[in-house]
Amino acid sequence: MNILVCVKQVPGSSNVEVDPVTGVLKRDGVQSKMNPYDLYGIEMALELTEKYGGKVESITMGPPQSKSVIVETICMGASGGTVLSDRRFAGADVLATAYTISQGIRKAGEFDIIICGKQTTDGDTAQVGAEVAEYLGIPNVSNVLSIEEIADNSVKLTASLDDKIVNMKVNLPCLISVDGDINSPRLPSYKVKQTVTDDMVKFISLDDFEDQNPDNYGLSGSATQVERIFPPDKNTQKHSIEGDAKNQADELYNLICAQKLI
Amino acid sequence: MYNKITAEDISVLKQIAGNDNVLTGEEINPDYAHDELGGIEKMPEVLVRVHSTEEVSAIMKHAWERCIPITVRGSGTGLVGAAVPIEGGILLETTQMNKILELDAENLTVTVQPGVLLMELAAFTEENDFLYPPDPGEKSATIGGNISTNAGGMRAVKYGVTRDYVRALTVVMPNGEILTLGGKVAKNSSGYSLKDLVIGSEGTLCIICEAVLKLVPLPKISTSLLVPFADMKSAIEAVPKIIRSKVTPTAIEYMSRDTILFSEDYLGKKFPDTKNDAYILLTFDGNTNAQVEADMKTVADLCLEIGAIDAYIVDTDERKKSVWSARGAFLEAIKASTTEMDECDVVVPVNKVDEFIKFTHKLAEKMNVRIPSFGHAGDGNLHIYICRDNLSQSDWDKTLADCFDEMYDKAAELGGMVSGEHGIGYAKKGYLKKQYGDTPITLMQGIKKVFDERNILNPHKICF
Repeated sequence: MNILVCVKQVPGSSNVEVDPVTGVLKRDGVQSKMNPYDLYGIEMALELTEKYGGKVESITMGPPQSKSVIVETICMGASGGTVLSDRRFAGADVLATAYTISQGIRKAGEFDIIICGKQTTDGDTAQVGAEVAEYLGIPNVSNVLSIEEIADNSVKLTASLDDKIVNMKVNLPCLISVDGDINSPRLPSYKVKQTVTDDMVKFISLDDFEDQNPDNYGLSGSATQVERIFPPDKNTQKHSIEGDAKNQADELYNLICAQKLI
Repeated sequence: MYNKITAEDISVLKQIAGNDNVLTGEEINPDYAHDELGGIEKMPEVLVRVHSTEEVSAIMKHAWERCIPITVRGSGTGLVGAAVPIEGGILLETTQMNKILELDAENLTVTVQPGVLLMELAAFTEENDFLYPPDPGEKSATIGGNISTNAGGMRAVKYGVTRDYVRALTVVMPNGEILTLGGKVAKNSSGYSLKDLVIGSEGTLCIICEAVLKLVPLPKISTSLLVPFADMKSAIEAVPKIIRSKVTPTAIEYMSRDTILFSEDYLGKKFPDTKNDAYILLTFDGNTNAQVEADMKTVADLCLEIGAIDAYIVDTDERKKSVWSARGAFLEAIKASTTEMDECDVVVPVNKVDEFIKFTHKLAEKMNVRIPSFGHAGDGNLHIYICRDNLSQSDWDKTLADCFDEMYDKAAELGGMVSGEHGIGYAKKGYLKKQYGDTPITLMQGIKKVFDERNILNPHKICF
């Protein structure tokens, strides 16, 4: 069982400023970290290989310093990873990003399952995973909550839809995007960090891809253009439940059910 | 000797605090009869929710004249019965006095009312790039309660305890007089420190109505290490060696696998690692990555050298939350794991922590009772819980008394004290008396008499 986890380096805090002129996130001097949603994907991948054998690798796209998130996946238990880094990838929208990653995955190796986080905390589109699957021509399931079984070249899993939970059987290879809070991601090991060597992280550029046409990548390969980036409004809305104890309890119960908390 | 509350008293109290803020009889929730551990229970005759220093002063004056006992209560998160109104009388709740009054960035102070919750104060100071260092596990405690018990918390290893961060107090004396003790000054050699007498006095000397607290600039970087060990002995033995390394972590906490599993059950959330029997959790803070990483590396290398199984890096908000939220729930989690429990929060010299913990393990075997523990290994303050489980009432009473006797004797033998941060209140009076002997207790009683000649403030606590 070979599993690839897609990860991304994102700003370390949600209080990142946006440059009012260029509309771009001010990343200078801001601490960075692994996209928190990706941690659940790594944990799921590691648990699967503990159960079924095989290995976990990771892949990311970004500037050279994003190597640190690949190292972090190794510290959590991955055997190695790939950084897709090339100036010509810069300015990519969702479509160009997905295409770049799909090209990178073709070079990175053969995988039974590709796992993505639900979304990233800096882009929040939650579309890259599904589009990577499309480019790779493999099945895709989003909002996966758990994997029940892998057998007969297929995976039985549970995924969350808006108003229901669904059980599916999907052929391998496939790409899944996992929901948040589905497990408790393990912590990176300091002991392993001491043993990480350069050859555990591969760097791949456009020159290594099958499709080397620069027009398909970065800003020129993007179908959309970012007009403005702004932090979302913080939602501090509160919902009060009125009425007597029975009605309050009933409404609370219905709310909890609607949120699929029970 | 005390007067009972009359209809006339109620009417006076309502005039002072407003009709809605004066509750009697069945209007008072039974939870007001006890604190979080519930060992001792007594309902007040009247509960008054106060909103200002002037109200407190007027109520106090009335109680003084009528000789009515008054007990102050914050969030009721105490563990030794200090906020239980043993004589009934008035229970004065300060949770509505919950305003943050001033942030003074030039003198590095924040002025608060006593009902501000620790978590509210932490959020406010951090938003403003400051840190109020005392960090007790119970974040819903009020700052008034924290000052009254001289609460410590997890950052005491590096930053000290509540006393180190109180610059001034506005208090109401038992006769209703309003006084300010201390000031926004960094030094003070002006006579006896009355402010320091009030800190840790558990509501027996006067009522804290306002506090000026010292802040420090918020460290920019904070990272934790969760270090697993094969057993508790190796984990605890590592602590003095870490301290000797001259790196000063902000916190050094120890925890056993059992306690972590209780917390998983209680929170319904998995801890990132439960494969090992014992863990030490350390935090490092500073203003540069290089500095914090160098400190972390020194300690991680040392731990691995002395037998740690690994050192897990807890570096992002998500990871900190997954680890520290479990740590914050330990008390409640142990409570939920048994039918009844009582606690011992002794403090011993740091280099005696391992000896004391080993002693409690032997004691648990000898008494055939479960004694889980966790605590601040870095400052010698341990939280040890004796669990009743299936013991009958009489067996429980005897086992508890025997365990406490042995533990407090052992702590004294090692040069420790009865309480590191929870206070003496009602529950630990006997042990304090036993350890201190006559003269210190007489001195304490004398101090109490000078402040409160009529003994109306929180009677039967600490030294009486």
